Amino acid sequence: MNRYLPLAIFVVIAVFLGIGLYLDPREVPSPLIDKPAPAFSLPQLQQPEKTFSRDDMKGKVWLLNVWASWCVACREEHPVLVELARSKVVPLIGLNYKDERKDGLRWLAQFGDPYDLSAYDYNGRIGIDYGVYGVPETFLIDKKGIIRYKRIGVVTPEIVRDKILPLVRELNGNA
Amino acid sequence: MRNLILVALIAIYTLGGTARAAESLTTESALEKRVTTLAQDLRCLVCQNQTIADSNAPLAIDLKNQIREKIGQGMSNDQIVDYMVQRYGDFVLYRPPVKATTIALWFGPAAILLLGLVVLFRYLARRRREQPADVPLTDAESERARALLGTTDKDSQ
Repeated sequence: MNRYLPLAIFVVIAVFLGIGLYLDPREVPSPLIDKPAPAFSLPQLQQPEKTFSRDDMKGKVWLLNVWASWCVACREEHPVLVELARSKVVPLIGLNYKDERKDGLRWLAQFGDPYDLSAYDYNGRIGIDYGVYGVPETFLIDKKGIIRYKRIGVVTPEIVRDKILPLVRELNGNA
Repeated sequence: MRNLILVALIAIYTLGGTARAAESLTTESALEKRVTTLAQDLRCLVCQNQTIADSNAPLAIDLKNQIREKIGQGMSNDQIVDYMVQRYGDFVLYRPPVKATTIALWFGPAAILLLGLVVLFRYLARRRREQPADVPLTDAESERARALLGTTDKDSQ
């Protein structure tokens, strides 16, 4: 029995380290899941004289995608969002985070605009309310304004297929 | 005489000025001290092994400004920490709270140390038990040992 003790200890440590290797330390559990989405009202990116507020989306299941022209990963994610927007399954609102207005507009002109509209969070205040720390981030918000899902980092086609779409269907069906 | 009054007035005026400046400077540094104290307990989520006090990441700077603003609104330190936890979760605390999910983190190292000590003492106790007591060699045995070592009584004398 004692002869196998070092081996047993090694296996336990190896398993724990192995699990640790596959965890993403950037993915911090959000305390906002199943909590009401923080209220906000911001000028729109394209039409600064108009505002967008959280309550405009009341009664709808919708996605809020935090993006910025300076965010490299957003480019990677962008085609996926364009594809999702084309399917018109769920409204997609952008939150242009800590960006210069002209840079944001140029980015949309260059790569295409998947958003129904983008709210303009110049100083990142609303980002703080949503616990944003790594753009891109995506929130799925239900009809009552409760955050049901949060994705930190790039939304991949797999995430759309396996997480977002089933949840959108479920949330639209139940209420 | 008039000049003297003028000089005196200027002196008083400037003195008052410096006093006022010094006063606002101390309240300002007290505020900054509070900001720093709070910031030292909060983790920068962009650069996870730094506090927001140590970090110059844009988010850390925003959060420091946020702390300053909240202090300005008269919030207590606890309220400000709660404000951060509501948004970023317990992870934002550099000193995680003791909870069911953090028990292993808080007490794991001590438990492992304790376990190690128990194993060590049991091992030592067993070794002591198994060790034969000190019995002096018999004459024949010491004779044999001497022969093997190639020494004689003469050599040792």
